[in-house]
Amino acid sequence: MRNLIIGLSLTAVFVAAALISFLWTPFDVTKFDIPNKLQAPGGAHIFGTDQFGRDIFSMIMVGARTSIAVAVVAVGIGMALGVPLGLAAAARRNTWADELIMRGNDLVFAFPSLVIAIMMTAVFGASALNAIIAIGIFNIPVFARLTRSAALSLWQRDYVMSARVAGKGPVLISVEHILPNITNLLIVQGTIQFSLGILAEAALSYIGLGAQPPLPSWGRMLAESQTLISLAPHLALFPGFAIVLTVLGLNLAGDGLRDLLDPKLREVRT
Amino acid sequence: MSLLNIRNLSLSIHGTPILKDVSFSIEEGQIHGLIGESGSGKSMTAYAAMQLLPYGSVCSGEITLNGRDVLNSSESELCQMRGNHVGMVFQEPMTALNPVQTIGQQVAETILIHEPDTSRTEATTRAAQALARCELPQDRFPLSRYPFEMSGGQKQRVVIAMAIALQPKLLIADEPTTALDVTTQAQILTLLERLVREDGMGMLLITHDLAVVSDVADHITIMRRGEVVEAAPTAQLFAELKHPYTQALFKASTHQPERDDQTHDTPLLSVRNVIRDYALPRKALFAPQEYFRALKGVSFDLHHGESLGLVGESGCGKSTLTHAILGLEETQGGTIELDGQPVFTNHKPNRAVRRRMQVVFQDPYSSFNPRHKVARLVAEPFHLHDNPPTGSAREDAVAHALTAVGLSPDDANKYIHEFSGGQRQRIAIARALILRPDLILLDEAVSALDVSIRAQILDLLAELSDTLNLSYLFISHDLSVVRSITDRVLVMKAGEIVEQGETEAVFTNPQHSYTKALIDAAPTLPKGPRHAA
Repeated sequence: MRNLIIGLSLTAVFVAAALISFLWTPFDVTKFDIPNKLQAPGGAHIFGTDQFGRDIFSMIMVGARTSIAVAVVAVGIGMALGVPLGLAAAARRNTWADELIMRGNDLVFAFPSLVIAIMMTAVFGASALNAIIAIGIFNIPVFARLTRSAALSLWQRDYVMSARVAGKGPVLISVEHILPNITNLLIVQGTIQFSLGILAEAALSYIGLGAQPPLPSWGRMLAESQTLISLAPHLALFPGFAIVLTVLGLNLAGDGLRDLLDPKLREVRT
Repeated sequence: MSLLNIRNLSLSIHGTPILKDVSFSIEEGQIHGLIGESGSGKSMTAYAAMQLLPYGSVCSGEITLNGRDVLNSSESELCQMRGNHVGMVFQEPMTALNPVQTIGQQVAETILIHEPDTSRTEATTRAAQALARCELPQDRFPLSRYPFEMSGGQKQRVVIAMAIALQPKLLIADEPTTALDVTTQAQILTLLERLVREDGMGMLLITHDLAVVSDVADHITIMRRGEVVEAAPTAQLFAELKHPYTQALFKASTHQPERDDQTHDTPLLSVRNVIRDYALPRKALFAPQEYFRALKGVSFDLHHGESLGLVGESGCGKSTLTHAILGLEETQGGTIELDGQPVFTNHKPNRAVRRRMQVVFQDPYSSFNPRHKVARLVAEPFHLHDNPPTGSAREDAVAHALTAVGLSPDDANKYIHEFSGGQRQRIAIARALILRPDLILLDEAVSALDVSIRAQILDLLAELSDTLNLSYLFISHDLSVVRSITDRVLVMKAGEIVEQGETEAVFTNPQHSYTKALIDAAPTLPKGPRHAA
């Protein structure tokens, strides 16, 4: 329970920062202010400024927007395609359709999201959209496998059998009886994939394959701070903290949600 | 000095009282039957004796085992005690064994844990001896066997071998035969009894089945709601039946629902030469497809208003036959017709026929989607209708079905977890009734219920069949239940019907050797005193 509260509050802070950044940031992140470059944290710029005099705090806020948008859409793509594939594989278990879906998943799983992203950049050029698609594709087999294994055990239940006796087909059974009983699992996996998505976006931006300038991104802020690390360590510190705290918050929230939603674990904890 | 002595044992878990003033004792070489319905605290008593209680348990009273004060022993002393002095056999042999270790390793492991000085060769020899004593001789069941290569009964023998490998003074068997077939059950009980007599062990036999203990136990303790209601030597207990609860339990176990005989001679369901093949997994990529024939030309008729029993052990094809009749899976040969209408036409199940049959399953806990309310659960079969009733007509139908099974129409707005096992089975019957079918398949529908609940459900089924002119196909492994509720019975073995006839005639004068074996193996209750029968 404590994990859940800490995790959700951390996540809420970053989501709030991202939302507020749409309306207001302390400074404009696209304006250079060379006279005030590389200021230490404190004063008007509470997190300091970078080598162009941009406000780090404002950039973290807008960067949160990029990270969260990329992760949300990527997890959305993974769920929207992976869950139906997993349900279909479970409904048609031990047939060629099941084999086809699962071996296809293995194929996608074999490529790390970074490699997919590099391939896509080579073809379509670097952009936040391509990062989203690359991370999204990587999420499909994760959800497909989870859904299939959970659904397989539910297909053995007597209530699925009585739905079949009531003349219901595999699609209706999957939607009415299987999906509602695996949502817990999907929500928990969703939060974990969400944190992995943020990490993946940061990694892609770090190597220059994610969000492109002038759109701020935590990963690229880290990359740009590299050359100035001895001169202005705060440039690396704040985006680093932002990534660590968001991922930590999401993982804690995922853990807490699993305990909350899984009655078996709940009994043990009390 | 008794082997196990329990005095005024009380137990509470998280403040909820579980056991109250439980006292009994077991002598060496004695089989002590501990009987009760679910929730009576019979298993908890055994776990308390071994101090294997869940977190949050508080025990008071006195437990002495082999002269040792159990409640005041340290955890390391208790570990010594378990295994060395007490062996345990569980209900489910499938989960009690590690599937990736050979049976020899698992038995030898128990010896090595408790006697670390033993050499591995010696442990293996002793494991072989223990298995041989449990009638798993080395020439037929080498130590290198894996659990998946054995049947349920053989696995249970391995579990027993693990329990007796260290020659404990006390053997605790918690429902050791409940998951097994009748003939296997009889063999396991004989084996346990022999081991107890040979080694002079004491045995605590926990079960819900009066008939099982009546055959083997020397002494019986009956529990209800955490309290001992009656304890006496077996013969005396059955002769006297002092306590009203014991009487009720005895009556429920031999309950015979009252039924009108309204069987007509016209067949409702007619099954002819049905063949069902399952494709086996291919051994190699281009190997020829092989099949397992689960039904080998099954034929029978079920008449209007009749209650027909189908008896057989696990794996005989009962479930396959159920699926075929319900039109869930297509057969490879033969015909299944309900009132002259085929269940399958042009490889498609026939909805008009399926509307007239419903099914009730064994497990009341997995029969319902936990996320739906009772109204939606009960109304599910309406999906078979082309124009299902909506709005108030639908509500009325649900209310009517719930009333018919003895529940209140208000229950429609509750979730399934608010009901007990017996109530859930009533809801399952309501779901089967909602389409007003002609035939209900009862697939072990009362097997998971306590005897008193089972008696109520059997009464309900008998009443419904009389008022609604229902026919039943009653599938069960429990011969006494089949005998009490069916008009005719089919005996099935390895995909074939080996005997069929009037229930009483088959039970009193079985013709086929397999039927005879089944009836001989079924545990029977003693007659009991005149006032209880």
